[in-house]
Formats: sequence, structure tokens, C-alpha cells
Amino acid sequence: MAPTTSATTRDATPTASARRGLLLRMLPAPLYTGRARALLERSAMVYSRAWLVFVSGVVEPLLYLLAFQVGFGKLVEEVTGPGGETMSYVAFVAPALLAASAMNGAVFDSTFNVFFKFRYNKTYDAMLATPLGPLDIALGEIGWAVLRGGLYAVAFLGVMAGFGLATSPWALLLVPVALLVSFAFAAIGMVCATFLKSPAQFDFVQLAVMPMFLLSTTFYPLSVYPEPLQYAVQCLPLYHGVELTRGLAVGVLDVSMIGHVAYLLVLAAAGAYFTAKRLAGLLLR
Amino acid sequence: MNGEAAAPMVGAPMVEAKALVKRFGDVEAVRGIDVQVRTGEAFGFLGPNGAGKSSTMRMIASTSPRSDGDLRVLGMDPDVDGPRIRARLGSVPQQDTLDTELTLRQNLQIYGRYFGMSRADVRRKATELMEFAQLSERADGLVDALSGGMKRRLTIARSLVNDPDLLLLDEPTTGLDPQARHMLWDRLFRLKAGGVTLIITSHYMDEVEQLCDRLVVMDDGRIVAEGSPSELIARYSTREVLELRFAPGEQGGIAARVAEFGERVEELPDRVLVYTGDGERALEQVHGRDVRPVSSLVRRSTLEDVFLRLTGRTLVD
Repeated sequence: MAPTTSATTRDATPTASARRGLLLRMLPAPLYTGRARALLERSAMVYSRAWLVFVSGVVEPLLYLLAFQVGFGKLVEEVTGPGGETMSYVAFVAPALLAASAMNGAVFDSTFNVFFKFRYNKTYDAMLATPLGPLDIALGEIGWAVLRGGLYAVAFLGVMAGFGLATSPWALLLVPVALLVSFAFAAIGMVCATFLKSPAQFDFVQLAVMPMFLLSTTFYPLSVYPEPLQYAVQCLPLYHGVELTRGLAVGVLDVSMIGHVAYLLVLAAAGAYFTAKRLAGLLLR
Repeated sequence: MNGEAAAPMVGAPMVEAKALVKRFGDVEAVRGIDVQVRTGEAFGFLGPNGAGKSSTMRMIASTSPRSDGDLRVLGMDPDVDGPRIRARLGSVPQQDTLDTELTLRQNLQIYGRYFGMSRADVRRKATELMEFAQLSERADGLVDALSGGMKRRLTIARSLVNDPDLLLLDEPTTGLDPQARHMLWDRLFRLKAGGVTLIITSHYMDEVEQLCDRLVVMDDGRIVAEGSPSELIARYSTREVLELRFAPGEQGGIAARVAEFGERVEELPDRVLVYTGDGERALEQVHGRDVRPVSSLVRRSTLEDVFLRLTGRTLVD
């Protein structure tokens, strides 16, 4: 290690970029230098003193699940799930709650936390004085939200399995789907955070998230809606997450899933790109 | 250093700006300046608030694209090689941007990681810099608990984590008490002695006089004078200045009456300045004319006088 340190400490040279992947070669250097990981390290440092907040994120969806298991489950016993199969109401709702909790965690992380770093603490100004570019910051912050979402998803899936609600081996794919949902919502959330001017405006975020949580077929199937409304609901990003998790939990797969994944991928990429553009426009002016 | 391409050529300028312009919408903050900063020197931008110093500094720091003109930093173009330039810069912004969610030590360590340094390197460097900034005892405390002077010292320490070739300091001592300022100056002298090129902006003329080998005086986005502090004083001012203070309301007409005793007379709201080679003699002559100031002071000319001569205004209102 020692003899090479002087070379590795400042490897912002183009020669070093050759081994740093496709993204780095595609994007202009001022936007991205391939060091998003440094932001993950920073977040890990911050949360090493505050790891208890993770517990709340794990517990919250479990409370929901419990409420549906012992409460709702008594009133509504059976519903028709993916592929026309009959299933218990809890089994119907649980995968949707997993997607919704991935959304909630990501949105919270990427709006609240980002807003204060961006507006008040000048954390990103300090970072941009180093070789880091705005896309490094966007990917690093979104990446943390994704890691957090992944952790919650694993916990949630464990409990689902314990309740006997994940009946197919395909259910293991709920974790990567939760990561994708986290990524998409964190990316969009971070773009929104750059538009917020005061903490009071977080109400707008709630105004977008709450209806999405309630209406994206989380608690009942799409067929409940009249046809024009169905199209509107199908535009909601969470709907696509719910469709994926609900299908995978019982192992009913179909081609439309590719569309759902594509929708979320586009959202994630667009969010990350526009976050970087916003940061550059506001901080590198 | 970082291979032959990145190493500064001997004698090559660290920073070279030609007709450099910065516009924010309709406002022209920097209006076509030419600047050369040589390797190893301490260079100053002196001027009042709003003169365009910070805009210039941010363009040099490669965190603000230029609107027009040409700019080379470490021989590279910031528009193209921003990350490579910033990898070799240290930057002390006007407002502290310390990471309030981290301890002092973590602040230094993570900053090193942003530069791509190894974990072992940043650990060693953080300890070393905490020593340099005399903050070792506070290493594991949070930033918010620090005094203004300590935060400034930590910000300077942080800017040194990558062993920069060029250190940019934007108003490094604004808002600090005299003791804290002198301590910061001492740290900056040490860095300069160690071969680091410094660029400093300030509206304190004593600061620039103390620290800088060469400076430009900026006003309203333009450079109005350039040289070493002593050169500028010799060129734009006299050796000595006689300051005359009068009781309120009694200053009227005095400037005209004492004008012949100096090369030049400036009338400020609270005093009259007589620029002369021999202040004591001028004072005798003033007394001989039966002008009775409440108090008088003979002092050496400073950059403040240079600025007053060039712009008709004092630096700090």
C-alpha cells in the first residue's frame, strides 16, 4: 500500500478512469468522478451514532402488518389476487405494504435529510470544492436511501415469511424490487428537495405521498376503479412497485412486469440525472 | 505529485486570467480582469464587499464557470478539467461549510475520502492536521460546540487534507477577534514557508499588508491597481499621513485651510487626512494657522490610503 499512496490519493486523472466503469466514460468529468461511495461512507459515519432510527423504520411496517393480520383479516377473509387466485386479505396487502414502506423510507431520506444539508448546512458546497461532481452527490445520497430501503425490505420479508405470507421462492425477488422502488422514489424525492425553500413546504411532499400510498392499489385491486380512473392510477409510480411485489410474493409472473420494471428504471435514471443538473445549476453557478 | 502532466512547471503561473468576466443575469460581478499568480507567492485581492473578489475566487476554485475571457489554473482550463484542478486545490470559503453531523476528526477524514485518499492516509492526515490547528483535544467532539475561531481553524485544516499546491482563502478572518486572527496568520505564514501558494481575499488592509507579497486592488468588478504593498503605497500615497479630528460640526471648511500643508487632502465624515512626507511638520503648520483639532495623529501610509486615493471610499464602511 505505502509505495502507491501518492498515486492513489489523487487519482482524478483520465488514466484512472479507464477502470472505473461505463458511467464514468459516458458522462462529462465535471458532473461525475466515480466517488459516490464516499458519500455512503459519510452517511455510515453519521448513522453510526444514530442507528436506533433504523429500528423505527423496521418496526413501522410490521405494525401495519399486525393490524391487518389480527384486525382487517377478521372482516375481509378472502380476496382474488394475482392470476385469479384466492388468497387471504393479509397476503394480498403485505407485499404492497413492503413496496409502500420502501417508498416512504426513500422519500423521507431523500427530502428531509437532503433539504437540510442542501439549504442550511452547505454540506454539498463543501463537497463540490473537492473533485466530487454533482452526480457523485446524487448517486451517493440516493444510494444511502436504497441501502436503508433494502434493510427494511429484508426485515419485512422475514416477517412475511414467518406469517406464511410469502408462498413462492420468487418472493426472494421482493428485495431487489424494494431496492428499485427505493431508488426511483429517492431520486424523484431528491429532485423535489432541491425545489423546497422552507421546511413548511414538506407538507407538499406529504400531499403527494399520502394519496399515492392509499390509491396505488395498495389495499384493493385496480378493478375496483372505473375505467378512466384506472388509467390515472396506472400512471402512479407506486402502482408499478405494488404490481411487482404482489405478483412475486405468490409467484404469478407475466410479461407486464417488464413494463413495471422499465417504468421504475426510467424514473430512477431521470431522477438521478435531474438531481445532478439541479445541484450543478444551484451550487456551481 | 500526480505524474508529469499534472506537476506545475517551474516558473509557470499558478493562475492566469485574461479579460476574465463573471455575470449573474444582468449583473456583471467581474468585468474583465487580468491576473497572474506565480508559484510560491502569497497573492491578495483587496477590495470592499461587492467588488468581485469572491466571484473571482470561485472561478479560480473551479466551482463557478466563467462567463467570458480566459482562465488557467495550474495550467488547466476549469471548464474542462475542474475535478483535476480541484484535486490539487485547498479552499477556505467565506462561510464555514463544516459538516455539523460529524466530529472534528470525521470532518477531516471524510474530506480526504472525497479526494480519493486511502483510509489509512486520511486517518494519519486527520491527526496531523488537528495538531496543526491546535484542536487535538476537541477531535471527537461535534463541530457546533466550537467557537468561531476554532471553526475557521478547522476549515483551514480541512482545506489542507489533500496537501494542496494552491490554497484559496476567501475572507479567512472576517468576524474573528484579534487573537484568533493572529493565530490564523501564523498558520498561514507556516504554510507559505512550506511552499504553498496562497491566494487571499480580504477587506482588511492590515491582513493583506501582513500576508501578501503582491496584490490587486479591486473595485466594482475591476482591478484598479496592482503591486506589492510597499510599491502601491509608494505609488499612490505619501510616506506619512496626518489625521485631524474635530468636534462635531467644526470640520467644515478645514480641508481647504490646510490643503497647502500636504500633497493631498482627503475629507472623511469624521476626520481630515493630510498626505505628506513629514507629518509632524505639517501638524506644526496646521497649528500655526490656528486650526485646533480635538486630536491629531501622525502615522505611516497604509493600503487603506491607497484604496481611498483610488476609489474615493474607505474599505470598510
